[in-house]
Amino acid sequence: MTNDEIFSKVQAIIVDQTGEDADKVTLTTNIKQDLDADSLDIFEVINEIEDEFDIKIETEEGIETVSDLVTFVEKQLADKE
Amino acid sequence: MTGIQIVQSANAVPERVVPNDELNAYMETSDEWISSRTGIKQRHVSTGQTTGDLCTSVAMQLLNQSGWRASTLDFIIVATMSPDYLTPATAAIVQGRIGAQNAFAFDVNAACSGFIYGLSVAEGFLHATGSRGMLIGGEVLSKLVDWHERSTAVLFGDGAAGVLLENKAGGKSAILASDLQTIGNLGNRLTAGYQPVNSVFTTDATDKHQAYFEMDGRAVYKFATHQVPESIERAVQKAGLLVHDIDYFILHQANQRIIDQIARRLSQPSDKFLSNVAHFGNTSAASIPILLDEAIRNGILQRGQVIALSGFGGGLTVGTQIIKY
Repeated sequence: MTNDEIFSKVQAIIVDQTGEDADKVTLTTNIKQDLDADSLDIFEVINEIEDEFDIKIETEEGIETVSDLVTFVEKQLADKE
Repeated sequence: MTGIQIVQSANAVPERVVPNDELNAYMETSDEWISSRTGIKQRHVSTGQTTGDLCTSVAMQLLNQSGWRASTLDFIIVATMSPDYLTPATAAIVQGRIGAQNAFAFDVNAACSGFIYGLSVAEGFLHATGSRGMLIGGEVLSKLVDWHERSTAVLFGDGAAGVLLENKAGGKSAILASDLQTIGNLGNRLTAGYQPVNSVFTTDATDKHQAYFEMDGRAVYKFATHQVPESIERAVQKAGLLVHDIDYFILHQANQRIIDQIARRLSQPSDKFLSNVAHFGNTSAASIPILLDEAIRNGILQRGQVIALSGFGGGLTVGTQIIKY
């Protein structure tokens, strides 16, 4: 899966969970600050990402931007192979 | 298919209402924090009424509304995780107080799924021998809550509600299908009311188990948002229906965010998911019958509609009943 493909899936999940417009969710978007998401919003997004990619995200530490999420997913997928 | 009908419903909740802001007096929290994360605005809290008292009040109302004599009841089941005693059972207390001398009576403990499990047990009895039964879900959770622990105390409330059930030949109402699942190896994610071993023979007096609610909120949230949609799908399939055939979903009222997430996962409109968690908080085994009774009284539920009732919680347990009201 390419980074672009991961991004568009992550973006779709964030749009679905937070109700934001897709064009507001870019790689540099800070999930907490720019999208006004609380800890439960982020937890829900991570839950959906775990299901979508069949990976485990044990901690939210270090995940601030959409780019952080995409990088995390990419690494987890690479480790699985 | 059975011809089991919900003949009447009733509820009894303590008069004392505790809004979110009042909780500030006991712990550091806020209305904004509680309502944005849970949807809860207030809860009813007992000032002394026991689970047995609330359930008896429900039972009396059910008899008054139906005109049934107490002696015509074949059984009384109370679903509760906060009984007055370990014995007698809450249902036996109710049986004695209302004079239902021909009814056998016992409690079911499946925590927040208790009403759903109880309905399954009641269905079995109605099928086998009886024709009339009473099923009540009742809780006084305020006695199991540490009122200084903000991660759990803000969630729970007290109350009771129940139904009269009748097995009617040729009736249009029915229990169409059920799905009950228990995941006991995750039981320690949600505990309350530990009974310590404390006798003259006890060798280790240090017991780290807590009497009050302890919950891994994230694990329970994840469990609920994954297991409940799956349980509903299994039950709907057993009933020979599709999810979109369900007119209303009456889920255990734990948290509005969980209900919204389940609606999303089932791809169903949120207005099919009835909710009163804002007014009552999580009343465990009482939450489904309180909401069911409210929907019946408000005229939202009509005879012939197909309803999915689904509970989830301590055990961990999950259960769904598909009924034709």
